[in-house]
Amino acid sequence: MTNRNWQFQTEQSLVENHGLKLDEFEKIVEGLGREPNLTELGIFSAMWNEHCSYKSSKFWLKKLPTSGKRVVQGPGENAGVVDIDDGDVAVFKMESHNHPSFLEPYQGAATGVGGILRDVFTMGARPVANLNALRFGEPNHPKTKHLLSGVVSGIGGYGNCIGVPTVGGEVNFHPSYNGNILVNAMTVGIAKKDKIFYSAAAGIGNPVVYVGSKTGRDGIHGATMASAEFDEDSEDKKPTVQVGDPFTEKLLLEACLELMKEEAIIAIQDMGAAGLTSSSIEMASKGDVGLEIDLSKVPMRAQNMSAYELMLSESQERMLMVLDPSKEEMARDIFKKWDLEFEVIGKVTDTKRLILIKNGKEEASIPINILVEDAPEYQRDYIVEEPSPIKEYKSEDFDQNNILKDLNTMIMHPDLSSRKWIWEQYDHMVMADTVVRPGSDAAVVRIHGTNKGLAMSTDCSPVYCKHNPYEGGKHAVVETWRNIIASGALPIAITDCMNFGNPEKPEIMGQFVECIRGMGDACSKLNYPVVSGNVSLYNETNGEGIYPTPAIGGVGLIKDLSNVKTLSLKEDGNFLCVVGETANHLGSSKYISIIQSKEEGGTPKINLDTELRNGNFVMDAIHQKLIASAHDVGEGGILVAISEMCMLGNLGITIEIETNFPHGYFFAEDQSRYLLEVNPTSYDECQKLANKNGVHLEKIGIVGGDKISIRNIGDQHVSALKRSFETGIKQIFQ
Amino acid sequence: MKSHVIVFPGSNCDRDVAVAIKNISGYQPQMVWHKETSIDQSDLIVVPGGFSYGDYLRCGAMASTSPIMQDVVKKAKEGVPVLGICNGFQILIESGLLDGALMRNNSLSFICKDILIKPRNQSSVFTKNAQVAKMPIAHNEGNFFVTSEQLKKIQDNDQIAFQYCDESGNVSEHSNPNGSLENIAGILNENKNVLGMMPHPERAAELAHGCEDGKTIFESIFN
Repeated sequence: MTNRNWQFQTEQSLVENHGLKLDEFEKIVEGLGREPNLTELGIFSAMWNEHCSYKSSKFWLKKLPTSGKRVVQGPGENAGVVDIDDGDVAVFKMESHNHPSFLEPYQGAATGVGGILRDVFTMGARPVANLNALRFGEPNHPKTKHLLSGVVSGIGGYGNCIGVPTVGGEVNFHPSYNGNILVNAMTVGIAKKDKIFYSAAAGIGNPVVYVGSKTGRDGIHGATMASAEFDEDSEDKKPTVQVGDPFTEKLLLEACLELMKEEAIIAIQDMGAAGLTSSSIEMASKGDVGLEIDLSKVPMRAQNMSAYELMLSESQERMLMVLDPSKEEMARDIFKKWDLEFEVIGKVTDTKRLILIKNGKEEASIPINILVEDAPEYQRDYIVEEPSPIKEYKSEDFDQNNILKDLNTMIMHPDLSSRKWIWEQYDHMVMADTVVRPGSDAAVVRIHGTNKGLAMSTDCSPVYCKHNPYEGGKHAVVETWRNIIASGALPIAITDCMNFGNPEKPEIMGQFVECIRGMGDACSKLNYPVVSGNVSLYNETNGEGIYPTPAIGGVGLIKDLSNVKTLSLKEDGNFLCVVGETANHLGSSKYISIIQSKEEGGTPKINLDTELRNGNFVMDAIHQKLIASAHDVGEGGILVAISEMCMLGNLGITIEIETNFPHGYFFAEDQSRYLLEVNPTSYDECQKLANKNGVHLEKIGIVGGDKISIRNIGDQHVSALKRSFETGIKQIFQ
Repeated sequence: MKSHVIVFPGSNCDRDVAVAIKNISGYQPQMVWHKETSIDQSDLIVVPGGFSYGDYLRCGAMASTSPIMQDVVKKAKEGVPVLGICNGFQILIESGLLDGALMRNNSLSFICKDILIKPRNQSSVFTKNAQVAKMPIAHNEGNFFVTSEQLKKIQDNDQIAFQYCDESGNVSEHSNPNGSLENIAGILNENKNVLGMMPHPERAAELAHGCEDGKTIFESIFN
């Protein structure tokens, strides 16, 4: 479609191929006072795409609570930073690598892990844990097998090699991801509070140093691709996917951490999306200075690379630093020891412009503020659709004789079954500090050399978000909060990875707005701020958007590792108690989707006051040593949660609860509930604590034997259930 | 008690094994960068796990030609105990100190999980106190193979250190995680002062790991 009013020398198609709209191009011309050359056009395209500029989301993201007593650094830096006492901080962030992983699952996922690791160690932290949040299409979709195995081996391939344990994650299967999978990777690192590194360049004349791998032609325009929808021809975009080298990243990690012990680095920024472009501009913008870069000095892997290619390459495992000039030689020696490139490629200037020179010729000269502050920001139109109605289910609609059969079917489904097939491919123990391994509510990693630990969990229920984005947004935050509490930790803060469809469609934008509103309300109420995050929009194929997926990664602190709880049942004769009330909310539940193959009935609502009260009670009860094991009641409801406790503990249970609506009681997904295993000698005290706090606590069974026995319903051997549980994901490959 | 841990580019269990040795022996091991050419007097040299040189070319192949390996081989021949764990086992094979080859797991995927091992040799410096023990494996290439002549030789000479087994100590196909010939999890050299093993004893070396079975191997070297 040609615009008849196009009045520029630059070809309209060239501008469009760079993902820029007419009004955006006009803004560039106005800012520069002339038309951009090709290199400059590429730079604007990279900086102004959705992935780098957050142009559709910025306005709404600002509404999230980002401060708190423990927040050292909120959103806006490479990663968020929270105080975990004794001069230590946790540094963490989650990021998407959706589009590349769909095109090339192994490399897409691997470089997603590599990118988020760099974001964390750029800040001076040693990465101690990787997590992920993955969504695939239907289990029997022809592409799922290939994508799942590719993504899992890519995540493992990178994390295992660099030697950071992959300790947790989540995975869902849903048709809305058939043409657009989601791969969200999270890294958590540990640093000293007085040794955090930032990206603001400073000191006019100081050297700008390039370290790491050489630059090649890979990944050119990756960020722009990540900001566009997919169609049938998207496979042709494969060359825009980067190739990862975890070995080099390991060297880069060690070299950077070694140099960070010295007072040499003034500013540091990793080269992630949009490579040299975004890193240099970020550093200059944060420091309110200019940078002059001589591109002929950039270490190159290919011959005759143009300024355009050098600026837009997304070759991996590279960093940009501003160094104290007196430390340049010492720094060079460190990188030489690790066999890495180290090249002074430019200097900090007072021009407040990005000036690029190649072979003595000026290739670009752009005022930094046009690129950053003047970047387009949209308040897109949005429509908030009416949430799906809540359906009242009745006991007579169900046959209670099927309860145990239904349970078996549910835990065999890839959405609820054991994830062992996945996490056995990840080294989840390297660094020898993993205290709670994958498969529990939250993973726990000890802070090296101490008796403290971090609990971490990633969560989101896209079906909840689709049918009520506000409640779904609340739920994603709250689910991580509960998981962290059930593991014995104090929840501190979250990172978010906002995966949505095309924001130019008002109903998609409406989902985004409502999810943010729900997340914000939950974060405020629970004193659980957002400290970092990432937005991935345009997750659509042939015009079909994914379900709204605000994946949340939560981090909590365990001050004394003796308080760590796992979900496996511990001892015969203990009582199993449920915290919170069950009101038979079956809508949008796994029961309805797996057994009835429907998606209806509305999203369960969360009362945040109840949530806070119940969570605080569980935390107190754990600290008072009243609890043997703890588990949150999540997708699948109480019976699935009980089964998980039995299967992991290799113990049975006798469930004595009287109910006139067994399906409602056992499979409802009412919120704010936990299961606690309590020794009979602690039970009265536990009940007293619950009463004092106005928390509903009810004894529902007694641990023992090798069967799950439900009064008036029947028995099920735990070992048989376990066999079903463990075949779930493997079925995809049969 | 002097011990040394070799560090290659890409080693990632070097710190873990050093921590385990320090906790168990009370002495801090010395870390030795691979570009160095000699090791002082040593009571134990550890070649740790990880991905030396990214496992490019072939696991352990490039590390085996690192400058320090000449001295490791020399010390091994002089009788100094040398322990190679996981990638360290691969490196010791590539450097010619141990027989056989470690191929890709028969599942064709990386495996990280707890397994059980049973000592076959019970007289070496590493295995004299060994019993059936639980500890993790974490590898992609741990499928041990030797020719039938070599197998006979290592069997006759009591060089099989550990075999994968089940909870009752039975060595069965079911308890073999990676396809290793004869369920072999670790082997010794002829003189029994060099041990290569795929499982990670340093990851089962304190209560926080959930299992302390790995301590025995280090204790038996230090006592």
